[in-house]
This record gives sequence, C-alpha cells and structure tokens, in this order.
Amino acid sequence: MNQLYQLSIHQAHELLKQRKISSLELTQSVLGRIAEVENKIQACITITEDTALRGAKEADSCIARGDIAPLTGIPALIKDVICTQGVRTTCGSKMLENFVPLYDATVIQKLKTQKAVIVGKANMDEFAMGSSTENSAFFPTYNPWDLDCVPGGSSGGSAAAVAADEPTYALGSDTGGSIRQPAGFCNTVGLKPTYGRVSRFGLVAFASSLDQIGPLTKNVTDCALVMNTISGYDPRDSTSVPYPIPDYTRQLIPELKGLKIGVPREYLVTGMQAGVRRALEIAINKLQELGAEIDWELSLPSTKYALAVYYILAPSEASANLARYDGVKYGFSEQNAPNVIQATEKTRQFGFGPEVKRRIMLGTYALSAGYYDAYYLRAQKVRTLIKQEFDQAFKKYDALVTPTSPTVAFKIGEKLEDPMQMYLSDVCTLPINIAGVPAISIPAGFAHDLPVGMQIIGKPFHEETILHIAFAYEQATDWHKRKPGIQ
Amino acid sequence: MKLTHAQVKHIAWLARLGLSQTEIEKLSLQLSDILGDFEILQQIDTTDVPPATHPVPLQNVFREDKIARSCSQKEVLANAPRQEENCFKVQAILE
Repeated sequence: MNQLYQLSIHQAHELLKQRKISSLELTQSVLGRIAEVENKIQACITITEDTALRGAKEADSCIARGDIAPLTGIPALIKDVICTQGVRTTCGSKMLENFVPLYDATVIQKLKTQKAVIVGKANMDEFAMGSSTENSAFFPTYNPWDLDCVPGGSSGGSAAAVAADEPTYALGSDTGGSIRQPAGFCNTVGLKPTYGRVSRFGLVAFASSLDQIGPLTKNVTDCALVMNTISGYDPRDSTSVPYPIPDYTRQLIPELKGLKIGVPREYLVTGMQAGVRRALEIAINKLQELGAEIDWELSLPSTKYALAVYYILAPSEASANLARYDGVKYGFSEQNAPNVIQATEKTRQFGFGPEVKRRIMLGTYALSAGYYDAYYLRAQKVRTLIKQEFDQAFKKYDALVTPTSPTVAFKIGEKLEDPMQMYLSDVCTLPINIAGVPAISIPAGFAHDLPVGMQIIGKPFHEETILHIAFAYEQATDWHKRKPGIQ
Repeated sequence: MKLTHAQVKHIAWLARLGLSQTEIEKLSLQLSDILGDFEILQQIDTTDVPPATHPVPLQNVFREDKIARSCSQKEVLANAPRQEENCFKVQAILE
C-alpha cells in the first residue's frame, strides 16, 4: 500500500486505532486524490474540503480519547440525493441546484455519530432516474476503467469515485439497480438492502415503495461495516422495520458448505454479452468449489414482466413525488408567466431534464382516469406475482445468483436517444426492488477489458447470507483488488 | 398504442408540465413505443391476485404523538425563491 487513499475502511480503521495514521492525514490524502483525478472522472458535484478537514480533526481528538467506531475518521462520499444539513443537495437537477437542506438524513446522522468524515456529494442521474449518470443536469461522470464509457447509474458518481480510490467508500441509493449496476460497471461492491432495512428519512423521494439507501465499497467487509452503521428502525420512516440488526461481519466466513444457490435461467438470456455469461459461469463454478450446491434449473417465469411493472410503478410514484417541485417553497422558479399555473408549468419545463419529464409523463398517464386499472393496478398485481415467485424460490434456496447487468459498461452517448435500450440495462436488477429483497453486486471478472458484476440475491432481511457468499467468493478471487490505474 | 399530440398535451396539463412543440412530438413517439412494450402485461391472468402497494410486512404503523422540535419560520423560508412578510410569495390566485 503506497498511499493512504488506497486503504479500505477496515484497513484504515486498524491504522487509526493503532495511531499509525491520523484521520487528518487520511482525509488530506483522499482530498489530494480527488484533486488529482476529478478532472478526468467528474464524480463529485460538491467537494466539502473545509468541513472534511475540520471533521477529521474532530475525529482525531475522539480517537485520542480512545473513542473510535468502525467509521470514525474515515472519508465518505455521499450521493447527492441524500440530504446533508448546510451542504447543498442537488439530486443532479437544475431544479435543486441551490437547495440547502435544513436537516441531515438519518443515515448521515448515523455517520456523524461515529465521526465519519464527509468529503463531498456524488454526481448522479437527475432525481436518480437513469442508468448511466448522463442524465445529470451538470456533467456526465466517466468510468475510470475506460473514460469513453459510462460508469452506470444512477449512483455513477459514487461507484466511479470508489473505483478510482477517491473516497474510502460511498453511499448510493437504489430504486431499480442504481447501486448495483454502477458497482458492477466499476468493479466495486454495492449492496441494496431489504426494503425497510435502512431509513429513507432525508432521501429525496423518487419511487417510495422501491427506494433504498446502501453502501458502495472496495470490498465485502467494508460493505458489512457500513451496513452495521446505517441499518435500523427509524421512527421518522414509517416503512422502516423494527427488527433487530445483526452484526453483519459475523457471518463473513470463507466457505459455503451447506448453502443452496439457485441460478434463475430467465436472467441468462436476452441481450446478454457472451463475455459476461462466460465470466458469470466461471464465478458460479467457484461458488460450487467453495462448497455451495448450485441449481442451474431454477425458473422464475414472471421475470419477463418485471421491466414493464417497474416502468409503470416507478414513474407513477415519481409523478406523485415530483409534484412538490412547484417553484414556491424551494428550488428553481420561473415566474415570467401570466398566472400561477403557467408559472408552475414553466418552472417544471425549465427545471427538469428530458428523462425526468419522460417519467413524469409516463406515470401521470398510468395513473390517469381510464388507464389506472389497465396500467397501474395491473402492474401492482403482477408485482404480487413476482414477489410470490421469489418467496417460493427462497423456500428452496438460500440465495440466487445472476449477472448484475447483461453487458459491461457501454459507451457514452450510446443509449441516450433510446430510452428502452437504456431501461434494459437494469433488467437483472429491477425485479429485486419489485420484490423488496436484498441483493449485492460484487466484482466477478472481466469481459472486453471491463468489469463484470455478479448479483447475489437474498431472502428479505437476510443480508448476512449474501454478504457471507460475497465474502467467500472475494477471499477466493482477486478481482476486487484490480484497479483501473487512473492517474 | 399510439399517443396523439392532443393526448400528450392533456397528460402534460395534468402534470402541470410545460412542453415545447419539439418535446410534444418526441414524447408522443417515445411514450407510444414504451407503452407498446407494456402490452405484455395484458397477457397475464390477474383475477384474484391482490395488488401489492409496497414490499414490507407492516400494517397500520402508528407512533406516539410526541412534541418535538420543528423548523423555525426563518428556516422554513430559507430556500424560498421569493418571500414577503414571512410568507412564501406566489402570483395572485384570485384577481
């Protein structure tokens, strides 16, 4: 290890605990790295250098008193959809370009309780709608593995930054794959927790029945450590679940004897690159070598409906959630109009970008009189069927394994004019949000010189099991140690 | 499924979303394509299937009515594009 910014959370924690490094040194190294590569990657919308350095000094005085938690003094980057008190939170949108939240999201409060150091806010697709981070109203983010490629999305800034060794870890949000797909494209670990596991208080709402916050990290142990901090019931989020939180590092053991894993065959077909399939097959064989029992014959026939269900439900919820942007209470406002209604229309016309408008239109249509039953209600019913299939599968299997995305990272601009092609990039991750179950994407090989992610899906509230499988695989391989070598 | 320009304008009106003529033309094609792909859902028999509104095993979530700190008027107005006399300012609604 040559530079402090290359450390993972658990490595940095050990060195901080032994007083071999200080949080200030670590934070300065991370800020230096950000300054060094940001002109190429463009992962950050806001860099909070001063507060980060101040926070690092505070963390150092805590550590000096012997008061140290797993994330104390360690630099994090936060997706710009998560509210940070006093630090503007843009959601990648012109609509919120100058919005400064009055309060911290619950996950931010939890990080601050541990004296974590926040170095900035990560770029994203506008309002988390997109799969490439090209929908950011400010600038695209570039994939550190190939600067001509997208980093995935919508948490593309978080994933690209962690892959380029900018922050030690990042937080993202995932509504249909927005943590896992960019994690897969950038060779990082990304977990979407079970719906209800992590509080959504202070997460700017996109689709409230699908959204979850989760970690993007350099390895599985770090992922478990962040989960230990951010999980748990929150009275301010009525959909957070009052279940006890296990120690997610407890099950991190390097063998898989006795575990049954299903590979749903519907995830291995449409539009899948041969190189991705090959990498995945090798990865699954490795799970078998580690002791897991693999069943390649699992079928989840409703999978083919997931894309349609998702692109009815998510835009419907979004069209309702985004109704709040009216140019009155906060955000962009265009008042050069003859009356209040036209002022609202203009505010939204000039404040929102094309993908957000497309989804507001789709959602409004699906909820409108005469179409509600055919689209929204029907999609909700099929959601039940998809969820039931997962419930059935989990009676037989401890986990399911699929590719994270059917392809490796695609070229910038390649899918921008074809929304349906862009949506298909999340075809393996959407069903997981529909069912509300947890899933992790981990580095699992390369195809066409770009990273391939493996998605491991678990039973509701069994994040421990998928972290266990991910950890065993990671111990037996070294994909996660490969770095893009960006200077 | 083909969405006419008039339908697109009507939906935009419901959403209070201003659109340029170019946007209307583009959205009419794109939404028609996307909605066409959603026809697949009409194939499924959903009789007796209850709709799922969310994936959590919770019902009727209540909490105690506790008094807690709320935002001050100044804080609430901190992000307001326009304000006057400690209120959000909007254009006249009644003439």
